Amino acid sequence: MKTTRRDFIKISSMGVGGLALSASPVLGWVPGFLKIDDVIPDDSKVKRTPTYCEICFWKCAGWTYTDEKGKILKIVGNDDDQHSNGRFCPRGTGGVGMYNDEDRLKTPLIREEKDGKQYFREASWDEALDLISKRLTEIGEEYTRECIALFTHGSGGKFLGNVLKAFGSGSISAPSYAQCKGPREVAFIATYGKGLSSPEPTDIRNTRCLVLIGSHIGENMHNGQVQEMSEAIDNGATIITVDPRYSTAASKSKYWLPIKPATDIALLLAWMNVIIKEELYDKEYIEKYTFGFEQLKNHVKNKTPEWAYGITTIKPDVIRKTAREMAGAAPAAIVHPGRHTTWYGDDTQRLRAVAVLNALLGSWGRKGGFYMSEKLHLKNMNTPEYPKMKHTWRDAHPGKYMLADLALASGICDATIPSVDRECSYKAWIVNGSNLLTTIPNRKNTIEAINNLEFMVVIDTMPAEITGYADVVLPECTYLERYDMLRTSKHRKPSVALRMPAVEPKYNSKPDWWIAKQLAEKLGLGDYVPYNDITELLDWQLKQIGSSLEEMQKIGVKNIDREYNDLYILQGEEHEFNTNTGKIELYATSFQQEGFDPLPNYTAHPEPLPGFYRLNYGRAPMHTFGRTTNNPNLTDLMDENKLWVNPKVAKEWDLSNNQEVWLENQDGVVSTFPIKVRITERIGKHSVYLVHGFGRFDKRLKRSYGKGLDDSELITNVMVDPIMGGTGMRGNFVTFITEDPKLKLVGNKARKRNKSGNSAKINNKQA
Amino acid sequence: MREEIITSGRMNPGIDPYLHIWHWEIPLYLFLGGLAAGLLFFAAYFVITGKDKQFPTAVKYGPIIALVTIVIGLIVLILDLKHPAYFWQLLTTVRFVSPMSWGAWTLVFMSIVNVVWLFSYAKDIFKGYKCRFKFVLKLTKILVKEDSSNEYGWEWQHKLIKRFEIYTQDKRKAWAWVMIVLAVILGVYTGILLSAFNARPLWNTSILGPLFLTSGLSTGAALLMILSKTHSEKHAFSRIDILLIVIELFFIVHMFMGFLAGSEVKAEAAHYFLGGEFTVVFWINVVIIGLIIPAVLEILELLKFKIPVIVPGILILWGGMMFRFIMVDAGQITRFLY
Amino acid sequence: MRYAMAIDTKKCVGCSDCVVACQTENNIPIGYSRDWITETVEGIYPGLHLEIRSERCNHCENTPCVRTCPTGASHIIEGGIVKVNHEECIGCGACIQSCPYDARYSHPEGYVDKCTFCDHRINNGQDPACVSVCPTHCMYFGDLDDPNSEISKIVSARKVKVLAPEAGTKPQIFYLV
Repeated sequence: MKTTRRDFIKISSMGVGGLALSASPVLGWVPGFLKIDDVIPDDSKVKRTPTYCEICFWKCAGWTYTDEKGKILKIVGNDDDQHSNGRFCPRGTGGVGMYNDEDRLKTPLIREEKDGKQYFREASWDEALDLISKRLTEIGEEYTRECIALFTHGSGGKFLGNVLKAFGSGSISAPSYAQCKGPREVAFIATYGKGLSSPEPTDIRNTRCLVLIGSHIGENMHNGQVQEMSEAIDNGATIITVDPRYSTAASKSKYWLPIKPATDIALLLAWMNVIIKEELYDKEYIEKYTFGFEQLKNHVKNKTPEWAYGITTIKPDVIRKTAREMAGAAPAAIVHPGRHTTWYGDDTQRLRAVAVLNALLGSWGRKGGFYMSEKLHLKNMNTPEYPKMKHTWRDAHPGKYMLADLALASGICDATIPSVDRECSYKAWIVNGSNLLTTIPNRKNTIEAINNLEFMVVIDTMPAEITGYADVVLPECTYLERYDMLRTSKHRKPSVALRMPAVEPKYNSKPDWWIAKQLAEKLGLGDYVPYNDITELLDWQLKQIGSSLEEMQKIGVKNIDREYNDLYILQGEEHEFNTNTGKIELYATSFQQEGFDPLPNYTAHPEPLPGFYRLNYGRAPMHTFGRTTNNPNLTDLMDENKLWVNPKVAKEWDLSNNQEVWLENQDGVVSTFPIKVRITERIGKHSVYLVHGFGRFDKRLKRSYGKGLDDSELITNVMVDPIMGGTGMRGNFVTFITEDPKLKLVGNKARKRNKSGNSAKINNKQA
Repeated sequence: MREEIITSGRMNPGIDPYLHIWHWEIPLYLFLGGLAAGLLFFAAYFVITGKDKQFPTAVKYGPIIALVTIVIGLIVLILDLKHPAYFWQLLTTVRFVSPMSWGAWTLVFMSIVNVVWLFSYAKDIFKGYKCRFKFVLKLTKILVKEDSSNEYGWEWQHKLIKRFEIYTQDKRKAWAWVMIVLAVILGVYTGILLSAFNARPLWNTSILGPLFLTSGLSTGAALLMILSKTHSEKHAFSRIDILLIVIELFFIVHMFMGFLAGSEVKAEAAHYFLGGEFTVVFWINVVIIGLIIPAVLEILELLKFKIPVIVPGILILWGGMMFRFIMVDAGQITRFLY
Repeated sequence: MRYAMAIDTKKCVGCSDCVVACQTENNIPIGYSRDWITETVEGIYPGLHLEIRSERCNHCENTPCVRTCPTGASHIIEGGIVKVNHEECIGCGACIQSCPYDARYSHPEGYVDKCTFCDHRINNGQDPACVSVCPTHCMYFGDLDDPNSEISKIVSARKVKVLAPEAGTKPQIFYLV
């Protein structure tokens, strides 16, 4: 085995911190009288400061309550906020745990080597930032500045991104694109000339029919959507859920279509077939706003429910009934585009089918369909122009993924591994709040890329696994301890929200804006950060829109009336779409130009071999992927994931509830940790299911280390979407290992030595 | 298929995954309480029936052990409390609807009566009292003086005590009535403490009171059987024990029949003992070792086979203690939901 | 006055916000909780029914926990709210054994603790913390004796059930089914 330049540094801890369960009843004879604290603090001494949540991307605005000692008591929603409507989700409510987590990164760390052993040395901020600026400059001189990339997920990334752009590189990416919502964005841009972005402008609150395809509102806790779905239930809206798993949303649905995995496009085409054949579509809308209806009509002519039945296992009459149901509700009907859409590599086409179906229902721009969101645009302080760049992230993949509108995290990762057909590869990474080992599939590939780097900086609040590979680790303070850029995300009304620190940063952690500013100054780019303190920037920006920092500190959120009454497209109103034809493109001309199918087609995908099950992963409402699995409050709600197994499968394998099993995938990759089995009817016989974000392998994460299983390490078959480079991750199949493979491995090795020929054959068969 | 699970929250220690808030203390307390009730019952019974001369062990020495077990029982009860600094709260309130409360009060009254009882027999017990330890002597001097004028060799220092002694000896039968009533209450209480918990299906049967009383009497009789010095007393307790064992077996059978005829949760509770995880430990320890074998041994002994009484005696005590440990443990596992 | 809660199982997604909000509102130590989420799955794939419930103390009308308390620490206050006075509780566990819902627990400080319906919030005219945060608005709280209250209306309009009615405690948490 090749020795790696960069060893994964595991700072092991002695014994796992006895937090939650070891708290034994105190048999205190002594001053028990004095110990009882009055649980509820005096209201008059409680202070509240505005914030917007950073536990997930929904970014709900709320209030942080602190007592007179500066202890954070609770976090609650801001009533004026459109994202939260005054109610936080469990993760936001438990956000205080992110601040209190004693496993947080506490001080800058620098990788050192002594006697052939690598370790982290604690450093001062000055020292760490000096080293970063020195190394980035050196790498820029030796190669090019464009070979430095930034991965970021979260509010602080903007500051770092600006510094990187000023330094001369535009390679800024987030795994939330190519590993998540990218296909959807591309599909909707191709169809409507506009992506959906976040929060999605779905008018669920007013809908009469909500169709969910592999979207699990309720398990994903996209706050506003969950609230609106609940409102829709109250209003008696029909919910149709397409999911091989009996999801929470499925249990709230009038129709649950337990589809055979990977056949969704066939169902979507059949729905279109019914709607067109029975002339249930919105004729006026189609006529006025769309392009390519005849081509579509022709395209779906033979895609009958009977045809789809053979593929999807959904009965023709159910397909017809559901098609009629959504058409009956139209235009107050939403075929929800979902969010995590990178499944099988033909995802952009699947989302195109979703977009087209919505167009047939006339739901885009209609009440109860998709509303027209509006965003507040803030001015920026004057800074010098960014240097012109010769190369962009696209050059790493000549001629490919032209339709991708954002940089691909996985693409940058691939382009870090040197290759003969590429002029130069990435040499340095700055990684911010993005645990690439678990967010980008095919971990082996990611580690290989990291090992080819000259330098890597990781900025995070937690010792996420990626920090173990860094040369320099910088401890970022949590959102409760810092100012950030103003939140101006689009919604029904344009709005602005402030995040301000409720408490001083704990330990030696710092906010991103400060880190970015220091770094800019050290790199001689101080002009790009024209303020001493971020409050100057925020106050200046707010004054441009007639508010001020002082006002925002009091109200937290400010909603501004729309300039025009254009939340929906009015009946018969002229409307220009930002597409080649200026219309909603049922027939995607942009796809045609790039040589892709302008109308979505169903293609068959591989199915599990006997003894293997499709690895299906998803969300739990109390966690945001791995980001929260060490949060004490949220770990308290769910501290490990379980493997959902159908009772028939369990019987076949003789599995019992809570039995620990390891999983092995089609490529022979075995999970590091075991997972407990949950035998449940909620999953079919052909798949297994688990919640993503568990099975953490950095021992510094004391609460979550080794708890549950990490699906991402088993995702080695990545089906890349040719249209935009999304990484399809749902084509992996696993089988059960009921005995500890570490024990078995010893035996296997011995066996291999004896008859190596035999075991190679077995491996081939499995592959 | 029906799957019912707690998905989040409620990892409360001692409550989940199954209730285990009472550990060894409460069953031991119940055992000691039952034993004391048994011992005091027989002491009082033989005084009431005028057979105190034939049963000196039961009348005079049993109550000494009873007092010790009550004191240990109280200590164990306090040990069980999670908030023991507030123990005194138990004795500032009388709450008759709470078995825990009237149990505590019963124990208080019981120990008073027990002390009075022993006091009335003090001269008999400490006949020819002569202390070898100086410091004890010093301490007792406050209360006691040597007196060769009576057959016991000592006398109380104070007249008031002497007068009270005479009073208690005169009214011994009345005290015996008080004590026998309290003993029955105490014995029944050890069962009712559990059966008052409607939420634990296994405990929620009115047969538990009489059953625990019988078991308490049986352990008391077994201990007296071991301690008795005369053959006649030993044999008497042996016969009493056989009778109590038969009654106890009858109650146990009835208890399970009641469960099986009861609601779903009760039937489920019974299944812990009829095929479930407590089956072996219960039937072997409580029924076979604690009841059937000692009964057989005692019958054989009465039939003049040579069997040392200590064997069935200890087996009965063991069975009685196991019975309480198993009932407390198993009862906590049985619940209405999840 | 009779405080009660109704929880709409048609809307509850089991997100556990009620659990964590209760913990932060009432300063419950990590590892303990006054409320929790359960789920019941019935049927065979794909003919399934799922019910998700947010559960807590039922503030029963017939209160075995108050009855078995030897010191009077467990008591009932205005509106039928069952509370525990920490200074009177000796931690004997009798109330824990009495509760068919296992809604009580032994606080690490020794006393027994449980849901209070956030009476400190009610007194300020607010809903209990769990109700006030619920993103699905599936929880209703109010005075059942007032026929005009939201809870009275919804409980009389919808089909409701209570948990373990056979325990005979007359629980005051109603599940809308």
